[in-house]
Amino acid sequence: MAMDLKDWFSNRRKRRERENLVPKQPLSNEEYCALWKQCFQCREMLYARDLRHNLHVCPKCQYHFRIGAEERIEQIADPDSFVEIDQKMDSADPLEFVDTDAYSKRQKQAQKKSGLYEAVLTGTCRINGHDAALGVMDFAFFGGSMGSVVGEKVTRLIEKAIEEHIPLIIVSSSGGARMQEGILSLMQLAKTSSALKDLSDAGLLYISILSEPTFGGVTASFAMLGDIIIAERGARVGFAGRRVIEQTIRQKLPADFQTAEYLLKHGQVDMVLDRLQIKETLANMIQFHQPLVEDPNRAFSKNGRSKVGSRTKK
Amino acid sequence: MAENKPIPLEFEKPLEVLSEQITRLEQQLVSHPELEADIEKLQEQYSKLKKSLYSNLKSIDHLAIARHPQRPYTRDYLERWDPNWLELHGDRKGSDDQAMVCGLVRFDDELRCLVVGTQKGRDLRAKQRCNFGMPQPEGYRKALRLFHHAEKFGIPIVTLIDTPGAYPGLEAEEHNQAQAIAVNLLELSGLTVPVISVVTGEGGSGGALAIGVTNRILMLEHSVYSVISPEGCASILWRSSEKVLEAAEAMRITAREILALGVIDGVIEEPLGGAHHDMDMAAANVKAALTRELKSLLALSPAEIRKDRQNKYRKIGAFVEAN
Repeated sequence: MAMDLKDWFSNRRKRRERENLVPKQPLSNEEYCALWKQCFQCREMLYARDLRHNLHVCPKCQYHFRIGAEERIEQIADPDSFVEIDQKMDSADPLEFVDTDAYSKRQKQAQKKSGLYEAVLTGTCRINGHDAALGVMDFAFFGGSMGSVVGEKVTRLIEKAIEEHIPLIIVSSSGGARMQEGILSLMQLAKTSSALKDLSDAGLLYISILSEPTFGGVTASFAMLGDIIIAERGARVGFAGRRVIEQTIRQKLPADFQTAEYLLKHGQVDMVLDRLQIKETLANMIQFHQPLVEDPNRAFSKNGRSKVGSRTKK
Repeated sequence: MAENKPIPLEFEKPLEVLSEQITRLEQQLVSHPELEADIEKLQEQYSKLKKSLYSNLKSIDHLAIARHPQRPYTRDYLERWDPNWLELHGDRKGSDDQAMVCGLVRFDDELRCLVVGTQKGRDLRAKQRCNFGMPQPEGYRKALRLFHHAEKFGIPIVTLIDTPGAYPGLEAEEHNQAQAIAVNLLELSGLTVPVISVVTGEGGSGGALAIGVTNRILMLEHSVYSVISPEGCASILWRSSEKVLEAAEAMRITAREILALGVIDGVIEEPLGGAHHDMDMAAANVKAALTRELKSLLALSPAEIRKDRQNKYRKIGAFVEAN
């Protein structure tokens, strides 16, 4: 080494002095929160990038953080394969609804706050190479509630699946029907279920994934109509919520009431999966349900519409 | 009969006061013939007040009439339409929900139908038996069994809706009421026989819709239909259970408002003051409307009937698309 020990020490001193000239700012609260997250369950501090890498599941206690629609799509769809449809659709506020504030104003606020247009993203994608129609709800927008827009987008997604003859996957997360659109919201239950009748007649696979939380009008329509129903670990799912039941009929409810495991125990779902298993399982199931040989009498023929008629005729 | 006298509602109290005055005066008429003119004047006032009262009802008044304890229920209609109607029981899976009544009914020689309707009870015991008109999941599955029965034999279906909604209870959740409702929506969409629903009282959310996906939806004049009860809406959105009035107005729950929104196909007139003032007339009005609608639907082919129903719901929704 050409440099002797004395030089090395003096260089180090100089370098430190130089660095000290630019004093480091302490992290702001937001920066800190962006970098670190505390697990809600085990209180472990988790490095945000690691957490994201682990699909927002605490590596220590397996707590599943609630995630947005965009992240969910990233986790399920092959990279860059998601093509969104019906991107910009707004509720027309048919009732001109006002409670303590106007619905139209609340909508704008929700859009700004969540960065979403509405409570569901829909489109087509590939899952380990398999084509699928994918809809993902986002609880951050109006509690994932279903009004005219969610109903219409889900219905169009179902129609897209029928048209392209691909399986349908919907990840639900919702507080129920959107009260601010009154009876029109209720009718979206009928609209989406009616479209699913056509999908079912076309012999297409529909996998419904229930994520935390899914309640009310969404469970009473498309979420519970999957050929296969998966509950994500940590999800709570039901029709009437725990508080409503406790308040109206003052019934004592078990601690695990409406959890994913409770649903499994009562025969309401096919399986409970960890988030990390979902994509593989979806791909596996799509592949499993494909016909081994093309059968002209089944609805699965590749080109164009199904041969439903012969199956449903009486 | 004294027990059949309609119980007055809160907003009907002024009418009640007037009517009492008239009866009091009438009793004195024999000894005081000069009172005749006063009575006449009061009677005129009474009929004027009655007319103005019932033509200016608020949402909350309609709600009160829809929930009136003497309002005709499914069994009241069935008895009046066909004294020989045949009740069919059970979901074949272990239960026979009394809140859901199903039966075979002949309107006349040419028109028969399956009637499926929610049922409330009149006295306390009947109320409990019918769970206050809130079916359990088994009730929806009982209805579904009979929908399939009607489909098999090409029998048109009429559903009568008067329910506060599905039952918020532990067992109902355990037995998967969300799925029971959802399956009914899906299966009703696919039927090829005509299906008509009439909201006769309260149309309570998913519990009502579970028998309400139909080619035509009719509502009685004073009935209501909503996505959540006004009480529930008030406590969630206003965070106050006292804002029921505001919630009822904001959600547009009355028959005329829902007709204007294009969701339902017609409003059936009720006797003045509500169906409970004259059940026979109410039943006859509903029957006439049903006969008319059923006959027009029976002209369609089975495939057209299904398409007609699916198109109806496909069109419901209010949204704008940006580019």
